Amino acid sequence: MRSDRLDRAPLPLKISACLGLLFLHLPILLIFLYAFTTEEKSYRFPPPGLTLEWFAVTWNRPDVWAALTLSVKVASLATAIALVLGTLCAAAVSRAAFFGREAVSLLVILPIALPGIITGIALRSAFSMADIPFSFFTIVLGHATFCIVVVYNNAVARFRRLSGSLVEASMDLGADGFQTFRYVVLPNIATALLAGGMLAFALSFDEVIVTTFTAGQQSTLPIWMLEELIRPRQRPVTNVVAMVVVLVTLLPILAAYFLTRDGDQIAGAGK
Amino acid sequence: MIMASEGQRTRLMATPGPRDRGSLSDMLWRNPKLFLALLLCLPLLWLGVVYLGSLAVFLAQSFFAIDDFSGLVTYEPTLATYRQLFSDANFDIILRTVTMAASVTVASIVIAFPVAFYAARYAKGVWKAVFYLGVMLPLWSSYLVKIYAWKLILAKEGILTWLFAKLHLLWLLEAWLSIPIIGGNSLSVSYTGTFLVFVYVWLPFMILPIQASLERVSGSLVEASADLGARPGQTFRHVLLPLALPGIVAGSIFTFSLTLGDYIIPQIIGSSRLFIGQAVYAQQGTAGNLPLAAAFTVVPIVIMGVYLWAARRMGAFDAL
Repeated sequence: MRSDRLDRAPLPLKISACLGLLFLHLPILLIFLYAFTTEEKSYRFPPPGLTLEWFAVTWNRPDVWAALTLSVKVASLATAIALVLGTLCAAAVSRAAFFGREAVSLLVILPIALPGIITGIALRSAFSMADIPFSFFTIVLGHATFCIVVVYNNAVARFRRLSGSLVEASMDLGADGFQTFRYVVLPNIATALLAGGMLAFALSFDEVIVTTFTAGQQSTLPIWMLEELIRPRQRPVTNVVAMVVVLVTLLPILAAYFLTRDGDQIAGAGK
Repeated sequence: MIMASEGQRTRLMATPGPRDRGSLSDMLWRNPKLFLALLLCLPLLWLGVVYLGSLAVFLAQSFFAIDDFSGLVTYEPTLATYRQLFSDANFDIILRTVTMAASVTVASIVIAFPVAFYAARYAKGVWKAVFYLGVMLPLWSSYLVKIYAWKLILAKEGILTWLFAKLHLLWLLEAWLSIPIIGGNSLSVSYTGTFLVFVYVWLPFMILPIQASLERVSGSLVEASADLGARPGQTFRHVLLPLALPGIVAGSIFTFSLTLGDYIIPQIIGSSRLFIGQAVYAQQGTAGNLPLAAAFTVVPIVIMGVYLWAARRMGAFDAL
């Protein structure tokens, strides 16, 4: 039995919680307003007028399209690599206790636990030492390294919930290891992998710090954005790009949320 | 075609014959160690050799030094670079960064706690989802877009100045900006601006672990405390805060470490004085002093190592 007094939040708490959420969201909403402003030279508020003109201008900009295409390509390949490596790691770690298991999970987390600048410079100096020229693949290599952890985290959580008796039952019924993986394990971990993959994609799509060190002359969308931030030349175009980026990253996050939430209710998945 | 039909048959009858595939999977089942090795060889090659290898090679550079005349790295083990690291100018950078990281952490705790507390204890049904997504969406939205939003907000002609003017509080803003260290020409070139952006960008990393730790506090504990005559303030101080501490420590690991290593936020919003991340960037790039860059990199690693060790002893990792 709970008393009403304890069940209702005190007013100051309510207000400060709501203020906290507003603090998190108002700046992002401001981006939406600025995408329509007629002001070109400064960040004047309130905007002197509203226009849709900049959407058309942005649409016709080849540099924006090139950066966007590169970002999507890099994120896709990095996500694919991270899916394979992250799942392998998760399968190994959740299977059994073995010597060095803690070390493996630490190793997976390290690229994201250390500041991005360290990962970036370390890779850069290794590339230059090995005489590897900067290219599309050096960017992917950097991204995949820190994307593994997202897939790994999602997969490890699901493997833990996946009852070992399911695998044993499949083997008892005569399926070999590959069949068990294909028909029993994979359907069970699929949504976790999808969610992990989406988060990895979002992470790679947005990454800037490691990319500045592993990209040569090419610019991904975040690099393009960074250059505009340091030396603003095309304020209205940047405003529009910023708004589109917010919308684009919103979707995979929402999808990942609903995917992992429903995963809790898969029958027989729990121990 | 023959292959396909054979696969079909095995699947239907589920009788693995003496085929390569079957015997391979049998062998793996009988040799769990071999299976484990197969699972781990690719990820370990990638992370253990490529990643850790380049990290080790880079950090090892800090034990070499640059020759003052030729500007080339001399490959003889020396501590000269570390002596250079602790010269006044460089030590100032370290001190400035650590102070910023500490104040960002404290501010994040203060703002995050009510949000996490409300979400963990009072939000029900739809509101639970609203609070969860309300933290997750800003966490995952683009880092650069978030910084850009603050550039819009803090600009001299931006919304904050407009708001202060509307409230007839411009004198307050000007008084704040005229304070020596934290002030500046405008908010976007002052430490106050850098601080605000850091707090904003890392705040979700603080809310989530605190919320996770508070969700584990049973409501009956709070009731028991009230039944035993504690005022709400006492319940907070003696029951909730100690139980939430692991979450707070876990969150502070994120805010602290992320602030120590960031070089983009202070570059875009802030004064021209350097932070550790910027120093590393400058040393490896324009200055071409890779040993000093490596030595600067060791600083956040050592600080975080000590911090993590202390946090582990406090049990912070149970809340992740």
